[in-house]
Amino acid sequence: MTPAISLTHLTRRYRDQLALDDVSIDIEGPSITGLLGPNGAGKTTLMRIITAQEFATAGQVQVLGVSPIEKDAVLRRIVFVREDQAFPDFTVRQLLRAASWFLPNWSSGLAQTLLSEFEVPSNRRIDKLSRGMRSALGIVIGLAARAEVTLFDEPYAGLDALARQHFNDLLLADYTGHPRTVLLSTHLIDDVADLLERVVMMDHGRVVLDAPADDVRGSAVIVSGPVMAVEDFVASRFTWGRRRIGSHESVVVTGVFDDSNRARARALHLSLEPLSLQQVMVHATGRDVEGLKGRTSS
Amino acid sequence: MLDEGAPLFSQIAERLSEEIADGALPEGERVPSTNELAAYYRINPATAAKGINVLIDDGLLEKHRGIGMFVAAGARQRLLDARRKRFAERFVEPMLAEATRLGIDTDALVALIRDSIHAEGGIRV
Repeated sequence: MTPAISLTHLTRRYRDQLALDDVSIDIEGPSITGLLGPNGAGKTTLMRIITAQEFATAGQVQVLGVSPIEKDAVLRRIVFVREDQAFPDFTVRQLLRAASWFLPNWSSGLAQTLLSEFEVPSNRRIDKLSRGMRSALGIVIGLAARAEVTLFDEPYAGLDALARQHFNDLLLADYTGHPRTVLLSTHLIDDVADLLERVVMMDHGRVVLDAPADDVRGSAVIVSGPVMAVEDFVASRFTWGRRRIGSHESVVVTGVFDDSNRARARALHLSLEPLSLQQVMVHATGRDVEGLKGRTSS
Repeated sequence: MLDEGAPLFSQIAERLSEEIADGALPEGERVPSTNELAAYYRINPATAAKGINVLIDDGLLEKHRGIGMFVAAGARQRLLDARRKRFAERFVEPMLAEATRLGIDTDALVALIRDSIHAEGGIRV
């Protein structure tokens, strides 16, 4: 099957800065993929190149099997909602009508439902909306588009925790009825972790981790307890983030732990605490993550 | 939101197994669909499907095409048997480890268990 998004050796250079450094990813649809990483990792640049708003210095980008550059037929099957999306000088209603002309799968029924769910007034001019409401409007458009390739870049900006969960529920509900390829970038990883099938983690323009979310979740644990016992237990494993206080030590370890490992940890009076996706990412960015790659490459 | 740690799909499988073992989901009963599970637990539908598939592979659930997923005959008994096998490992061994740490010897431990059972008025099976 043709991947919905296929990037091959993608590089983007701005003068002396390398925004993307040899990025190769294939994303099959339907799926929900998280594009994670710190500020300046290259997430937005990557999304801009996928949607042909910017061009790669080198490498190939294909969306739904073809290059999206100046291909209106493909671009109509993509929706891209940016953080702090700039909107034309319209009312909300006018904007939604305009969106319906350009997006072939547009659902005005869903758009209306979402507007009232997020309490966005449709008569209001967009420049009079609060930041949170503008984010909500972006989400309305991104979901109601039902585009085969749906990109959200930091869709949560300005949204409170309740609205974020609301967005997750609505995304999931519409996704189950209308599966599509969703690529979602965010800092708030724990908010979306459970929605993701796959995570692509970027740092300094490079992909540092690309794996099924479930593999990443189980890929590392914090082992803590008496120093000698910890050292004994983690002996042959890949470790990082070692911390020590007195004779107590905690260390992050990659790898799978089966029942016999757990029984042994218990016997050594060690506690094993799994890392959340967010914690894995914090530990993994800017570090050598060979251990994780070894665990998750398949 | 489910607990962190174990892969989500195995947590889904575990949840459903618990319900079957407790009798909350009786044999022959329809279990929630992939989409229902995804919406309830706020997880990706593919993950929910993976969890269901674990139970299908174990023969605990049966797929009736076009109708849904049902609890298989004998599923509850098999789950209870499996849990009994793991009883020592899950409950007795950690207790022994803690007893050792605290210096509670065999006689004291046995007496403690007997007293607790007595206080509860015996174990009713």
